Amino acid sequence: MSEQKAAGMTRRAIFEQKQRRRATLIAASSTAIVVLALVVLIPMAPGWEKVQKSFFNGAVLAKSFPKLLEAFKINIMIFAWSAPAIAVLGLLIALARDAKSPALFPLRIFGAAFTDVFRGVPVILTVYLIGFGIPGLGLPRPWNSPYIWGSLALILTYSAYVAEIFRSGIDSVHHSQRAAALSLGLSERQAMRDVILPQAVRNVVPSQMNMLIALQKDVSLLSFIGPVEIFRQAGVFKSLLANFTPYVGAAIIFLIVTIPATRYADYLMARQTRERR
Amino acid sequence: MAKLELRHVIKRFGDVTVCDGIDLDVEAGQLVCLIGASGAGKSTLLRCINLLEPIDEGEIFLDGQDIAVPALDPQTVRARIGIVFQNFNLFPHMTALENAMLAPRRVRGLTRAALLPEVEALFDRFGLADRMQNYPDQLSGGQQQRVAIVRALAMRPEVMLFDEITSALDPQLVGEVLDVLLLLKQQGMTMVMATHEMGFARQAANKVCFLKDGKVIEEANPTRLFDHPQHSDTQAFLSRALK
Repeated sequence: MSEQKAAGMTRRAIFEQKQRRRATLIAASSTAIVVLALVVLIPMAPGWEKVQKSFFNGAVLAKSFPKLLEAFKINIMIFAWSAPAIAVLGLLIALARDAKSPALFPLRIFGAAFTDVFRGVPVILTVYLIGFGIPGLGLPRPWNSPYIWGSLALILTYSAYVAEIFRSGIDSVHHSQRAAALSLGLSERQAMRDVILPQAVRNVVPSQMNMLIALQKDVSLLSFIGPVEIFRQAGVFKSLLANFTPYVGAAIIFLIVTIPATRYADYLMARQTRERR
Repeated sequence: MAKLELRHVIKRFGDVTVCDGIDLDVEAGQLVCLIGASGAGKSTLLRCINLLEPIDEGEIFLDGQDIAVPALDPQTVRARIGIVFQNFNLFPHMTALENAMLAPRRVRGLTRAALLPEVEALFDRFGLADRMQNYPDQLSGGQQQRVAIVRALAMRPEVMLFDEITSALDPQLVGEVLDVLLLLKQQGMTMVMATHEMGFARQAANKVCFLKDGKVIEEANPTRLFDHPQHSDTQAFLSRALK
């Protein structure tokens, strides 16, 4: 009793401290058990030696890693020009689908068809069809480059998804905002541009961040139509060294980029949820 | 300032007739209060006057011009009639000043610099001079509502409509918003106000209209309507509202 008073703690605080210590102890011991099991059990598997050599080979990793990083620059390049194009096209498609004027009806149909088609076809198929199909028309250099048509395939597919996210963002802005804008004498178009869109875009930033992360990974699909980006480069090393470690190296490089990005998107999402409350 | 006349205004939502043949005269510089239970049609009537809702039948004359003509461009009419809503509806991504400048910039085609003296004077007059650079979520409810009034006034409207503008406020903030209306009345603004503030209606209104089921049941000057209501529905409503 005197001890507790000396520490200046209420009985509630003492109880909670006890609970916390208990929880920490349980978490620590259960984690230790799982890690121990993995460390002990996995090497006991009959194929472990072989797997270790072909997937986790330090020498191979050291040898391939600089070249993999070099190849990753191509991923970044394709990402860097595709992402802004996706943002613009996605927004245009979203606006086209919400167009109210009868003159713009064809645009509306086009927007709907566009999102249906490119959300409905696997990305890899779009990459193949556009990446091989359009250069197949016999275009002169540089217009037969797989960089151009591969990027276009990514842009079209991702714009369809991004457009739908923008549309949900526009819907998320309360209709009273539109009423307030119109009541001041603004036109529908001005209300959209100055009042609704800025709020809509802000509302969907976290979701669009997740699309960017997905895009960063899907850039690797272009390896199937030519560009020697990181996945293709890892494949080259695999054939050369008869070892899968370069793929692990490529995965590590992806994670270095995507984990912070994912965390940041989660942070934005959590902050938005807090603000809404 | 302008005068407003409503002739047999009918507004239906599907099968429900929300405004059922409303006649109303608001002389220039007058303040008319609409009272009545929720769902009586007060808010809808205001939204109809501002053309936010198209009316099904009837006419609305603003200074003698019928603004309810279906083919009319509502944008030019709305620019002449200001409305303030119960929930402020400020634009949350803009400062108070930007809120007030957006419509004059876009509709009246003025630059920020040209507008600034005029808009600043409005903020100043309503005690908001030090709040211009704040975002709506940094303001109290009463301040937000006053900014909403300034925003509407920045369009230099001929008529102002107020839709239960104190209903979402804490009781101690109601006074500062109602004071703004008294100021506007002194300046001769034509105003129509849907309200539950019976004390204010009695003190400030030129005319009070009691609405029920989309009809004007009784209209009179406030002293007569509050002290000697003629219709039994008005008597029943007031005995509940003034309890």
